[in-house]
Amino acid sequence: MSAIPLSDIRPLGATVGKKVLLAVTGLVMYGFVFIHMVGNLQLYAGPEKINHYGELLQNAKPLLWTARIVLLAAVGIHILLSLQLWLKNRAARPVKYSHQDYQAATYASRTMILSGPIIGFFIVYHVLHFTVGWAHPDFVKGDVFHNVVVGFQNPFVSGFYVLAMVCLGFHLYHGAYSLFQTLGLRGPTVDKRLKVVLTAISMLIVIANISFPLSVLAGIVKLPAVSAPASASLAAGK
Amino acid sequence: MSGNDLHLTLKVWRQAGPNVPGKLVTYDAPGISPHMSFLEMLDVVNERLQEKGEEPIAFDHDCREGICGMCGLVINGVAHGPRRATTTCQLHMRYYKDGDTIVIEPWRAGPFPVIKDLVVDRAPFDRIIAAGGFISVSTGNAPDGNAIPVPKSSAELSMDAAACIGCAACVAACPNASAMLFVSAKVSHLGLLPQGQPERKARVLRMIAQMDAEGFGGCTNIGECEAACPKEIKLENIARLNRDYLAAAVTRRPETGSGGAG
Ligand code: HEM
Ligand code: FES
Repeated sequence: MSAIPLSDIRPLGATVGKKVLLAVTGLVMYGFVFIHMVGNLQLYAGPEKINHYGELLQNAKPLLWTARIVLLAAVGIHILLSLQLWLKNRAARPVKYSHQDYQAATYASRTMILSGPIIGFFIVYHVLHFTVGWAHPDFVKGDVFHNVVVGFQNPFVSGFYVLAMVCLGFHLYHGAYSLFQTLGLRGPTVDKRLKVVLTAISMLIVIANISFPLSVLAGIVKLPAVSAPASASLAAGK
Repeated sequence: MSGNDLHLTLKVWRQAGPNVPGKLVTYDAPGISPHMSFLEMLDVVNERLQEKGEEPIAFDHDCREGICGMCGLVINGVAHGPRRATTTCQLHMRYYKDGDTIVIEPWRAGPFPVIKDLVVDRAPFDRIIAAGGFISVSTGNAPDGNAIPVPKSSAELSMDAAACIGCAACVAACPNASAMLFVSAKVSHLGLLPQGQPERKARVLRMIAQMDAEGFGGCTNIGECEAACPKEIKLENIARLNRDYLAAAVTRRPETGSGGAG
């Protein structure tokens, strides 16, 4: 058998290369969801704090749009490659076992193709809900606090946020460590610590994000009695 | 026959040849000694089938001592059966109880078509090896034994990876029918030693290209392969493969000519 010419090999077209891109885009999104969660914590600091933070981001246009483009590319590449790999993986076992008794697989690792798309739908909804406002019943541009509190007062909306974050938790339970394996960045001295740190970060992201809708539903976070300026002008217009 | 004999029910995949439909067929198997190996149990069942003029169950085997990699059955949904680090030929019937039902299926993977019953064609593994799972050496006088230093830790990791017998239980157990554990064992076994360096980059690129071309799936880091492996090849080898692949993909240069080893 003659050797495969190396010039014919396109690493990014190979399963291993695609998986590396999946890991890199996953890492970008992992970093983003962590920073996003930290920013969200300002909800507990009241309307001024979080509205000011929103304004700060809106005023840093070059930064904002760079981040948006990088994230959009990451999500797009991640979805495309995960579907391509999933199809190839499925095709590799055309005849199933009558029964397979899993020894090492976790629920999270076997349901990445379920948790992933739910997160995908959530991302679209979330942008329309809180960024663009089309999916919001009473969107006030610039009044982040108002939008979040009013948005989460609907228990179905809040429920979907909680569901999406649980899916994110499952996705990251497998994905966060998996990506280090994919990038070859593991070894006996770091394995244990890496797993602990990654699991802690993932849990923090999920728990904090779930706490926001729950706090609104429980009335812990509510609109100020004397409305913030934007809400006041709106109320006056009625 | 002694009082300890087992009375089992077997459900065995029967398929007359490639490209014909197969199905699970139920066999009554009384009088199975717990001292038998799993394959000896199948031998007994086959003798009885032949006495009745029926076609015996085809299954692969050779050494029957856990070193050749020929045997391999999915037993009750687990490649090589319930014992860790044990090939099918080394599995004994004492791990079963009287009255048990045992489902026996072949390795299931697109690249491994069934030849007959429980025998599958594992030629894709040979082609992956031919694509890069070797080192090129010049013949001549034997070199001095310790002329090339090899760190002890590298030698040990390499030997651990070299324990792979190519049985393909990793493929059978992987939900994606991926051959990554097998390829990673070969890449590690050769790549950890000085003799494996000249072809290290080309090896990993070519072996993965061949693995993909054969139709195996990709790795999703699930770990079923490691759990099924009778030689306890570790997932760490797949991380090493990924690392080597990434390095090779980024640092490779255009080929300047053929040969070099001679
Ligand atoms: C916030 C959003 C997301 C984050 C942070 C994220 C993160 C990750 C990470 C870190 C991995 C592991 C990569 C590796 O194993 O090397 C991964 C894999 C994967 N992701 Fe995502 N992901 C997100 C959204 C999505 C979406 C929208 C989909 C929809 C299709 C998706 C589908 C998948 C699939 C199928 C895998 C491969 C699973 C596997 O290898 O077992 N992900 N993701
Ligand atoms: S027959 Fe040789 S390993 Fe089982």
